[in-house]
Amino acid sequence: MTIFRLAFCLLAFWVIDSNCQSEMVNIKGGSYIPLYGRDSLKVSISDFKMDIYPVTNQEFQEFVKKNPKWKRSQVKRIFADANYLQNWESDTELNENQQLNAPITNVSWFAAKAYCECQGKRLPTLDEWEYVAMADKKSIDARRNKNYNEFILGWYEKPKTFNNEIGSTFKNYWNIYDLHGLVWEWTLDFNSVLISGESRKDVDTDNNLFCGSAAIGSSDLMNYAAFMRYAIRGSLKAKYAMKNLGFRCAKNINENE
Amino acid sequence: MKMSKKITIIILLIITSFTISCKKDEQNKETLVIENNISDESIFNLTSKWKTEENETIELKDLKGKTLVMVMIYTTCKAACPRLVADMRNIESKLPKNKLSELQFILVSIDPKNDTPTRLKSFAKENLMDDEHWTFLQGTESDVREFANVLAVKYKQISPLDFSHSNIISVFNSGGELVHQQEGLGVDNKETIETIKKLISK
Repeated sequence: MTIFRLAFCLLAFWVIDSNCQSEMVNIKGGSYIPLYGRDSLKVSISDFKMDIYPVTNQEFQEFVKKNPKWKRSQVKRIFADANYLQNWESDTELNENQQLNAPITNVSWFAAKAYCECQGKRLPTLDEWEYVAMADKKSIDARRNKNYNEFILGWYEKPKTFNNEIGSTFKNYWNIYDLHGLVWEWTLDFNSVLISGESRKDVDTDNNLFCGSAAIGSSDLMNYAAFMRYAIRGSLKAKYAMKNLGFRCAKNINENE
Repeated sequence: MKMSKKITIIILLIITSFTISCKKDEQNKETLVIENNISDESIFNLTSKWKTEENETIELKDLKGKTLVMVMIYTTCKAACPRLVADMRNIESKLPKNKLSELQFILVSIDPKNDTPTRLKSFAKENLMDDEHWTFLQGTESDVREFANVLAVKYKQISPLDFSHSNIISVFNSGGELVHQQEGLGVDNKETIETIKKLISK
């Protein structure tokens, strides 16, 4: 009887676990020089875990059902703008064109943060995200690889990739999918990107072109894709919900284990 | 040729994302505050806990009822913050003395590791900002990041003792709703002062 109960518990635990916790892999820390801005300092990354896939529509739907305050009709405006879950059919239903297995988008930073915290996780830092995203299929740092850069720039030209299923891009060195090719992703400290140094008031009125031209003027075109990500991050506010912006979670190693 | 096409598309993409997202007018919108009730836009929806320079623990909603003037700084800062602090004092000096009790000037540290309540208290004294209507806040790193995101303040640690950050002074009504933001250093603060005067004379 006890054994039966134990087996049942284990089974229940496994089912719950596999349902609500998307799979993660370990990322071995290291150091690298990010491709952005004037402060090209070496950044050190500790070991951590990262979700293999971006969070999906289905996973977020479950979250919203369990946490009504993140329903479209109930979310506080300070935490999400009017685009939040804009294309859903209702508070808890996707529209007919949205796939369960496509990445969730139209979520604010606050919502993404709350989702991860709810799973006992957190959003990856910008440096962590970039560290994992510089890998291609075979190497940790593919930033000088022509194919890698062309893949990313090619994606920027493709419309509506947010409708594609997770896992439909490539598996990288760390066994992680979809960092490039589906959606942009929130990071914990996205607001550490300062488009123009100390004050946003001290530049050309045309911020957009400022970033674009900085990137074009760069001697190194491999930086181009990264400049794009930083430019987007620099233009975001935490309550914005955008059609091509999703997220995935990360976790410190040795926490709750 | 191919590259220039790509670049055009990408720039267009960015511009689109700006136009979709730029809703600055919203910040100037004034909404009525219902007693004992906070609106969806209120910063009092944040549940984070903060230490003051007096080592008291507060939540933002404890500041309800007063017009709030907020800025994010760090005390070891040599460049922009002294000027930001000066801007705050400048604003304060132009407001009627007998109305100061209806106001709270709040300086939130973006360097919670170094800016302990003790450190904040001595900074307050050094800068003659130790009166009742000045409050300094220390939070956790995560809560500071969240709060900065509410104010749309950007910051980045660039060395153990230095941060680069945007210079924004924000004004909130007594219900915790953002009413006005002044961006930049040493800018004309006439509009900020007018906004505050309107709020306190209500």
